[in-house]
Amino acid sequence: MWSYEKKLQYPVKVSTCNPTLAKYLTEQYGGADGELAAALRYLNQRYTIPEKVIGLLTDIGTEEFAHLEMIATMIYKLTKDATPQQLRDAGLGEHYVAHDSALFYNNAAGVPFTASYIQAKGDPIADLYEDIAAEEKARATYQWIIDMSDDPDLNDSLRFLREREIIHSQRFREAVEILKEERDRKKIF
Amino acid sequence: MNKTLPQEYYKQLEEIQVADFVLIELTLYLDTHPTDTQAIEQYNQFAHYSKQLKEKFESAFGPLQQGSLNRTPEFWAWKSGPWPWQV
Repeated sequence: MWSYEKKLQYPVKVSTCNPTLAKYLTEQYGGADGELAAALRYLNQRYTIPEKVIGLLTDIGTEEFAHLEMIATMIYKLTKDATPQQLRDAGLGEHYVAHDSALFYNNAAGVPFTASYIQAKGDPIADLYEDIAAEEKARATYQWIIDMSDDPDLNDSLRFLREREIIHSQRFREAVEILKEERDRKKIF
Repeated sequence: MNKTLPQEYYKQLEEIQVADFVLIELTLYLDTHPTDTQAIEQYNQFAHYSKQLKEKFESAFGPLQQGSLNRTPEFWAWKSGPWPWQV
């Protein structure tokens, strides 16, 4: 089971209402390499991954939900005071007519989330390589969003999230080594 | 909603976020280095510290986690804000 804590993993402050930036951030909300995809990918893979890395997939998958909440908080704060006109100017007119100011799981271009963004091959090394790639893609996306953003408060939180992708990638690389070591040991008679 | 919150709320919350970050980081590290006794010791130290900080925060600002004590017998405080995206 999961248990909720009424706090963010890291503080999220925004300087000004900025629906354009919110639109970019939805890439990390409902996009292919976003936090929802990450959480669902790892937590689904863990049932069939070797015992030695179940804990890691569980804990990283859980942290991804905390990141999803941070991204949602950013989008919410950046758009909550926006007028329909401001949303339209930011390219969110189509979003507004379907969702008002509600959040929705789609990418920055408005494409809805799909399970085909994630994989579960059942081959532990293939799955972990996918996870490493996912972290690296998410890290790159955070960098591109930071490059597009002129909000210093928001960038602080985005840099935190970018660094977490690096840590996760490194932990997954260690998991690959742990499994390779175990596999090679079994071959010795 | 955030206008009514005292500075102390943010200060204590940030202390908890810092302590819990150490716990998350050590958890992931220990998942791949499960026999590092120094890291385990550090983990236990911060688990203890985080618990103390949360006790203090909850007695002033209400429950932070599911399963926490409801300290106001006449009102169910869990359902009240502020929620994380409102502060």
